[in-house]
Amino acid sequence: MALAFDDFGRPFIILKEQQRKNRLRGLDAQKANISAGKAVARILRSSLGPKGMDKMLQSPDGEVTITNDGATILEQMDVDNQIAKLMVELSRSQDYEIGDGTTGVVVLAGALLEQAEALLDRGIHPIRIAEGYEMASRIAVEHLETIAYKFEFGATNIEPLVQPCMTTLSSKIVNRYKRSLAEIAVKAVLSVADLERRDVNLDLIKVEGKVGGKLEDTELVYGIVVDKDMSHPQMPKKIEDAKIAILTCPFEPPKPKTKHKVDIDTVEKFETLRKQEQKYFDDMVQKCKDVGATLVICQWGFDDEANHLLMHRNLPAVRWVGGVELELIAIATGGRIVPRFQELTPEKLGKAGLVREKSFGTTKDRMLYIEHCANSRAVTIFIRGGNKMIIEETKRSIHDALCVARNLIRNNSIVYGGGSAEISCSLAVDVAADKYPGVEQYAIRAFADALDAIPLALAENSGLQPIETLSAVKSQQVKENNPRCGIDCNDIGITDMREQGVFETLIGKRQQILLATQVVKMILKIDDVISPSDY
Amino acid sequence: MAVERILKDEASEEKGDRARMASFVGAMAISDLVKTTLGPKGMDKILQSTGRGRSVTVTNDGATILKSLPIDNPAAKVLVDISKVQDDEVGDGTTSVVVLAGELLREAEKLIAMKIHPMTIISGYRMASECARDALLNKVVDNKDDAEKFRSDLMKIAMTTLSSKILSQDKEHFGKLAVDAVMRLKGSTNLEAIQIIKKPGGSLRDSFLDEGFILDKKIGIGQPKRIENAKILVANTAMDTDKVKIYGARVRVDSMTRVAEIEAAEKEKMREKVNKIIAHGINCFVNRQLIYNFPEELFADAGILAIEHADFDGIERLALVTGGEIASTFDNPESVKLGHCKLIEEIMIGEDKLIHFSGVAMGQACTIVLRGASDHVLDEAERSLHDALCVLSQTVNDSRVLLGGGWPEIVMAKDVDELARKTPGKKSHAIEAFSRALQAIPTIIADNAGLDSAELISQLRAEHHKEGSTSGIDVISGTVGDMAVLGIAESFKVKQAILLSATEAAEMILRVDEIIKSAPRKREDRM
Repeated sequence: MALAFDDFGRPFIILKEQQRKNRLRGLDAQKANISAGKAVARILRSSLGPKGMDKMLQSPDGEVTITNDGATILEQMDVDNQIAKLMVELSRSQDYEIGDGTTGVVVLAGALLEQAEALLDRGIHPIRIAEGYEMASRIAVEHLETIAYKFEFGATNIEPLVQPCMTTLSSKIVNRYKRSLAEIAVKAVLSVADLERRDVNLDLIKVEGKVGGKLEDTELVYGIVVDKDMSHPQMPKKIEDAKIAILTCPFEPPKPKTKHKVDIDTVEKFETLRKQEQKYFDDMVQKCKDVGATLVICQWGFDDEANHLLMHRNLPAVRWVGGVELELIAIATGGRIVPRFQELTPEKLGKAGLVREKSFGTTKDRMLYIEHCANSRAVTIFIRGGNKMIIEETKRSIHDALCVARNLIRNNSIVYGGGSAEISCSLAVDVAADKYPGVEQYAIRAFADALDAIPLALAENSGLQPIETLSAVKSQQVKENNPRCGIDCNDIGITDMREQGVFETLIGKRQQILLATQVVKMILKIDDVISPSDY
Repeated sequence: MAVERILKDEASEEKGDRARMASFVGAMAISDLVKTTLGPKGMDKILQSTGRGRSVTVTNDGATILKSLPIDNPAAKVLVDISKVQDDEVGDGTTSVVVLAGELLREAEKLIAMKIHPMTIISGYRMASECARDALLNKVVDNKDDAEKFRSDLMKIAMTTLSSKILSQDKEHFGKLAVDAVMRLKGSTNLEAIQIIKKPGGSLRDSFLDEGFILDKKIGIGQPKRIENAKILVANTAMDTDKVKIYGARVRVDSMTRVAEIEAAEKEKMREKVNKIIAHGINCFVNRQLIYNFPEELFADAGILAIEHADFDGIERLALVTGGEIASTFDNPESVKLGHCKLIEEIMIGEDKLIHFSGVAMGQACTIVLRGASDHVLDEAERSLHDALCVLSQTVNDSRVLLGGGWPEIVMAKDVDELARKTPGKKSHAIEAFSRALQAIPTIIADNAGLDSAELISQLRAEHHKEGSTSGIDVISGTVGDMAVLGIAESFKVKQAILLSATEAAEMILRVDEIIKSAPRKREDRM
């Protein structure tokens, strides 16, 4: 009660303006939270797997997004409920950490909540359920390690990396082209990967898209593609063996930060100032020329005069290049970003074998390709597609595939997909449950049931009889002692996921189980929801 | 305990069949809207803007119609987007792509009513579109090596494109204009080099192609109206007051005499600049920015034709045609490349004076002057011509050509039907549906022309049963005719783009099983 009594029996109010707040307590609170969490999971459930459907989202400004990616769906969903926001967080953290499996993690959390609801109805204390889940998740993760399989790969043998990427892509709209996209993703990751440290900086991979053409025209450019063109229309469109000056200072007269005034009171001063100004431009261009640059890439704009001088001295230039792109160009060409003209030296120039401008379609869209760079550690994936939504969705799919490839480089263990890992864990957890005395046993068993939700959803989305299929696969796993049996989503008659070539990363799967358990524990522990009511 | 609302108040959510229905209805509404504009007997639409002036556009161009529609249905937006992309990428076929996507969805709806899973439909559509493309590739004609034939191909394509537009009466005239203009580009797709000037008055037939360059500007007063062997300096520089650009500089004086001195210095500076420009040995100066009276007078004194305020595109084109460079500094007269042309003169079109540059050094650019009864006619004529130019320039690069008049659709449909018969499983329904959707396009063309489509299409299909048939719908006589004889042709690239992006869009919409709309962002009322 928000109303309490002091020593003298006088009532006083703890929660201010209590009539304006909605308050849910105890079991009601848990039930409400669980139903909210389940509702979110239900939305994503139909997106799971290769036969999963997409969602169409309309933003407040009327922009349309069509996607299959769990994190994107939730992010754009305009969620208002607090618990639903937690689920959104959950999917986002999976996205940040792993990049893939954002749908699966939410579906799993939803299933865990559903099971918890049944347990609550039987009168089991929420904390006990939470603890049971915790134990169960530990068992499941340990079991995952035992069924994991190490994939050996090398710079030449990329097939083991391509396969899991294809699994990720197969649930997206781009799946007709998954083979090539997966190869592009793997090659991109390998070219920026530091195999010694087993680390990949995904920032070095730029994903650029342009509407038009078809998906098959998507390509991997060993270099940088910038959505800019030469500053002067008459500059050369193609430069070979370019030496690039990368500048972050504008081709304009200096603008000191401190406040100052230059007073002109005599004709002489006017004249000198004018001369000075002309000299500035001349000097700037001359400096670039002196160090031997054959291309200037600048973060800022050019004055018309400077622009012409550059053109006149045969020094092609690109202006208004974004900071991030500038850094990428610097990395790719091995150049240094120069903040002041005075600091330009020949060593600081970047080198590229070929810089060319390419135009697209019937409009005057042009892009700048910087290729054959000295240091090919930065690459660009250039996506083409029939419309804007396809391009955006392809970008997200490529991102997922890149993350999978990166995760494999970090840790080359894989588990089998198609729900086989979940089924196997479910069996293991179920067996282990009996060893635990106490109420937790129920929670652990519930956890095993919740794990079944993923293969169930997969089967359901693929148009199979969910319960029948799952029980058949389960019994097959036990009978043949083969953890690779999963749901045959593509209906080709093989349940062994190794033969189907469906792989997922171990860390991705492990993270899914851990994150889902954590969030569910958190939701279960809430027993009081106070929210301002709408009035 | 009821499920609490998860989404924000005004956000809405539609699921499963309802969502699918919403997108089908939206997409079909859009395709029905533009359907009637298809084909040589298609009708136009009047669009009125909600902005001030309620300006009116009369058009037949799919992309233009769709761009101006305020649309709320997300699936409809996808279709608008593919039409826009089609416009950017190949320039023509913007209506066909939407109609095809709409028809594909219409067929898909029937299949879904038969309880076929959307994913099955998608995989069927994919196989069918692959097969349709191969069918086209097999039949394609490439006359690249034969200049004469290639030109006639281009001419046919231009006329086919134009026949569905307002220019259809004069399609031969405009077809020739467009082909000439594109041939001058010599393979580049830079349509900017073709300038289109619209001048109301006269009739459409009075439109002409000019080999030189026409700038819609006036010559300064007191300057020569006609220059032979012109040397042109194209510039982008301030010719008003040349400000000191150093930041923080300001003029502070303490007496009137000083003001006069500074003013004199300023004038002196401008005079110097003008002298420098004159020192280039030019007799024509074209600037992108304003030229004030004072320098204009100086130019007039030196007998130089000065043209101010030519817009950016004009400058670029002028630089392109005359071969000069766009200059902004004038200290090295010897190394600045000047533009040349044989003759500059003032000409009159209707009531307006224009500046005409003829005998230009680089013959890559040209100007098309459109004449017509009203602004609306001119606008539509420009759009039509733009379509034709786009298609032609794309065809120059990819010279594969197909016949028109519903021929490609029937060819594709025939092969797709063949595939359906060979494919086991539920997919074959989807493949059949794809072929029906393809046949819908000639059906619509015939319907729009007021012909008996059912009769014509069945005749056409029977004709195509023979190997190597070239039959299509002859809308003019209302019968099945030989397209090769009638000279109706289309570019392969356009057809391919239509096929691929329509399938892609249909696939995308089919995959959706849930639509979530966010609450519209609140706009502040400006009133």
